[in-house]
Amino acid sequence: MEIFGVPSALLGSQLLVGLINGSFYAILSLGLAIIFGLLNIINFTHGAQYMMGAFVAWIALNKLGINYWVALLLAPLAVGALGVLIERTMLRKLYKLDHLYGLLLTFGLALIFEGIFRDQYGISGQSYPVPELLQGGVNLGFMFLPIYRGWVVVAALTVCFATWFIIEKTKLGAYLRAGTENPQMVQALGINVPLLITFTYGFGVALAAFAGVLAAPIYQVSPLMGSNLIIVVFAVVVIGGMGSIMGSILTGIGLGLIEGLTRVFYPEASAVVVFVIMVIVLLVRPAGLFGKA
Amino acid sequence: MHTKKLTTLACAAALATLSGAASAQISGNTVKVGVLTDMSGTYSDLAGAGAVLATQMAIDDFMAEAKPAFKVEMVSADHQNKADIASNKAREWFEREGVDTATELVTTSTALAVMKIAKEMNRVALMSGPASTPITNEQCNDVTVHYTYDTYALANGTAKAVTQQGGDTWFFLTADYAFGQALEKDSSAVVTANGGKVLGSVRHPFPASDFSSFLLQAQASGAKIIGLANAGADTTNAIKQAAEFGVTPKQSLAGLLMFISDVHSLGLKNTQGMYLTTGFYWDLNDETRAWSKRFFDKHKRMPTMVQAGQYSSVLHYLRAVNAAGSDEASKVMAQMKKTPINDFFAKNGQIRDDGRMVHDMYLAQVKKPDESKYPWDYYHIRQTIPAAEAFQPLSQSKCPLVKK
Amino acid sequence: MNNTNSMFARATPLLFGALFVIGLIAPFAVYPTFLMKILCFGLFACAFNLLLGFVGLLSFGHAAFLGSAGYICGMLVRDMGVTPEVGIIGGTLAAGALGWVFGVLAIRRTGIYFAMITLALSQMVYFVVLQWKATGGEDGLQGVPRGHLFGLIDLSNNIAMYYLVFAVFCIGFFIIYRTIHSPFGQILKAIRENEPRAISLGYDVAKFKLLAFVLSASLAGMAGATKTLVFQLASLTDVHWHMSGEVVLMTLLGGLGTILGPLVGAATIVSLQTELADSVGSWVTVIMGAIFVICVLLFRRGIVGELQALIQRAGIR
Repeated sequence: MEIFGVPSALLGSQLLVGLINGSFYAILSLGLAIIFGLLNIINFTHGAQYMMGAFVAWIALNKLGINYWVALLLAPLAVGALGVLIERTMLRKLYKLDHLYGLLLTFGLALIFEGIFRDQYGISGQSYPVPELLQGGVNLGFMFLPIYRGWVVVAALTVCFATWFIIEKTKLGAYLRAGTENPQMVQALGINVPLLITFTYGFGVALAAFAGVLAAPIYQVSPLMGSNLIIVVFAVVVIGGMGSIMGSILTGIGLGLIEGLTRVFYPEASAVVVFVIMVIVLLVRPAGLFGKA
Repeated sequence: MHTKKLTTLACAAALATLSGAASAQISGNTVKVGVLTDMSGTYSDLAGAGAVLATQMAIDDFMAEAKPAFKVEMVSADHQNKADIASNKAREWFEREGVDTATELVTTSTALAVMKIAKEMNRVALMSGPASTPITNEQCNDVTVHYTYDTYALANGTAKAVTQQGGDTWFFLTADYAFGQALEKDSSAVVTANGGKVLGSVRHPFPASDFSSFLLQAQASGAKIIGLANAGADTTNAIKQAAEFGVTPKQSLAGLLMFISDVHSLGLKNTQGMYLTTGFYWDLNDETRAWSKRFFDKHKRMPTMVQAGQYSSVLHYLRAVNAAGSDEASKVMAQMKKTPINDFFAKNGQIRDDGRMVHDMYLAQVKKPDESKYPWDYYHIRQTIPAAEAFQPLSQSKCPLVKK
Repeated sequence: MNNTNSMFARATPLLFGALFVIGLIAPFAVYPTFLMKILCFGLFACAFNLLLGFVGLLSFGHAAFLGSAGYICGMLVRDMGVTPEVGIIGGTLAAGALGWVFGVLAIRRTGIYFAMITLALSQMVYFVVLQWKATGGEDGLQGVPRGHLFGLIDLSNNIAMYYLVFAVFCIGFFIIYRTIHSPFGQILKAIRENEPRAISLGYDVAKFKLLAFVLSASLAGMAGATKTLVFQLASLTDVHWHMSGEVVLMTLLGGLGTILGPLVGAATIVSLQTELADSVGSWVTVIMGAIFVICVLLFRRGIVGELQALIQRAGIR
């Protein structure tokens, strides 16, 4: 069977690869959107924190013998804790200044982290084995799907939608949303806003680290793994507009799929298609697809 | 600083007059060898610190055998596989530090950049690591020696053997820079010449970590053989992921540039039966074993052909400087081209007018796990490809220096 | 306040004159290639500062202008055989045109969005350069000849090349200096201080921002084109977003919104990179990052900004 002269098997399998990439975009842009919502900071360190998540898992396995499943919990906690430290000691000092300083600070931090890991582990990737339980693959008819990649999609989307549920449907989420709208008012209601901010930053960072652990067995664990990804995620955030949690999730997945399609029909453009869409969206809806102008 | 430099110059001048004609033309009475290589990236296993070690061994052996009147120094730097870093470093070495030869230069793009600067500044470039044939064709110049291997020799060995054994439809997975493109081009020609067919190719960024979408395209092509026109970590990743996506064993992979370091990191289980072309194997004869053992004692890994070639090329260069009594590029080059190379690496090796060093190449097949008797016992040598057949004939060279 | 201002005004020509003389004799004391690198990056940073320091727009995509001009200049000189000065002008114009496209898209938003949009657009340029055959992809554009200036002066001589770079820098610097001190520059500063007020005064703010963006992009391009001639190579490093980050660092370290700050910042960063590259390896990146963090947290005025503040305080006393 062929669709537009392309074997449907190839189309299906590239879309699936696109969905996997889209899951990473979704989870990373979700973290960025949460942090931006409350702190008004674009967290440039996000890519480095994703990388560190993968490295924590790798170090845990190779130096301490801690397996994948524990790492999936441990790495977000560790990297999230570091995030809390960063917020308390540095970011906090910048809230009164132009938001651009937050961008510059986190950019500097990203360079520091990348540099340290490069010095320790070189640029070339370290390989992380697929956990035993998820090895092998299933034949879907149109393609052979490695089980691990299927798991990545399920795990990433579960975490994304759980996060959405917490923010939109629970009391904690209500404080968070209120804090975004009007911090003084929420403070006046007796809620500890600075603590809420610290917690939010830590959580957003933990999401990045979680994505990093998920990525470790697929992509190599390397110091620069996050730095190129983060730029695409920035474009995703601009396209989605940073107003809505669900918006950032859906935009992430959607763009992954579009990238997959491009790879079938016009492979040379697959790396730029996200940016082209960004330009079009900016021309038509400057605030982004889900953004409030 | 300034006065120090002046004193050094004065001393050097005095020494030069004292030690007579032999070293009179060696600038600063010191020959400086620069090793510009990938210390931390994709190719650091096959070149990197091992190549620096090989250079030091060559210098030590030369000092012991020749006891020359001049000093030999080594400097090394990491070019990170980037042409701009390599080019800036080489320029600084030549202009500022009086380096006489830039060596190793794995990754074609860095090699092409440095050979142009070497030509401009009249210094020698010794290339052990890079693979692409343009170095001795369109881009050739008279200060460059391409020493260990090239894409023509690889294609001529591996692609020919695989096609002749029934792997007659090919799809290429190509690293998207000069080297990958040259390797794909040379291999395609060999496949077609031997009655095979090339169904298509896909180019991946360099370096890449996720090959899934490229492998799926290769899978959809239905080709019997997926030719990996890449190297180092790119090759090992592609091989691992091909297994993950069920591409192998239905289709076979042909690693067009595999080093012993790749076989070592993938393990025999993943690589058994693969054909590869190499310019050197440590377990070839007593001479290669003796040198490789010395190397192993210091590096804890057996040498790749790049590292062995690096030793051989630096030693040949230093001997030529000594014989010519000068470190001036054209004199050294003339001496190097005049003298055949005879050491553990090459027998009767010859540097041609286009800068190509021709020597025997070997077609190897990776052993099965149960055939491997001792550590690093990885290859069956299936065929020795004589120097005259291994490399592109001079008559086909596009190098303007070749007189036809 | 008036007092110190007039003191600055009197001191400025003297300072510039002294710097000019130093620039003229420097290549006889210091390695010229190193000086040329500083001047190219200095001009790049000055051009960037025109936008960030004087209009308040943080572009995170200026590498696109540096790099694309470098490639265009390289192609013109190498493949079409034009003389170096034509190559530089061609690169500058191309960067200006690209700047116009970026500007039209990006000035629809401000602040963080502006930064992210310029970043994403420059990444698009990066991919085009990577995949387009004419640019040489991963290999870069190699073997660009320095050629003969006006067809007469052989630039393969490092000293001759240095004076060309120095001249280009002086021209670029003069343009920036004149712009800042013109009525146009005053309007830009007014926009930076209070955009709504500038709008209510009847200024077409978008037009002024776009003009400033194009000017900044062109001058960044001029630096890039010149750099290609110096190193005879244009490469992906020049269009990568790390380069965009580096120019922010240079400007921030030297002093945001000061006229000489970016040059000082560029000289500091280039020297650090050159001196440290061999001894500390990857730690260069860490050190750059640390400088960034320190600048943002403690040292927001930068080297020149702090010096000026110091002089001012002394003047008041």
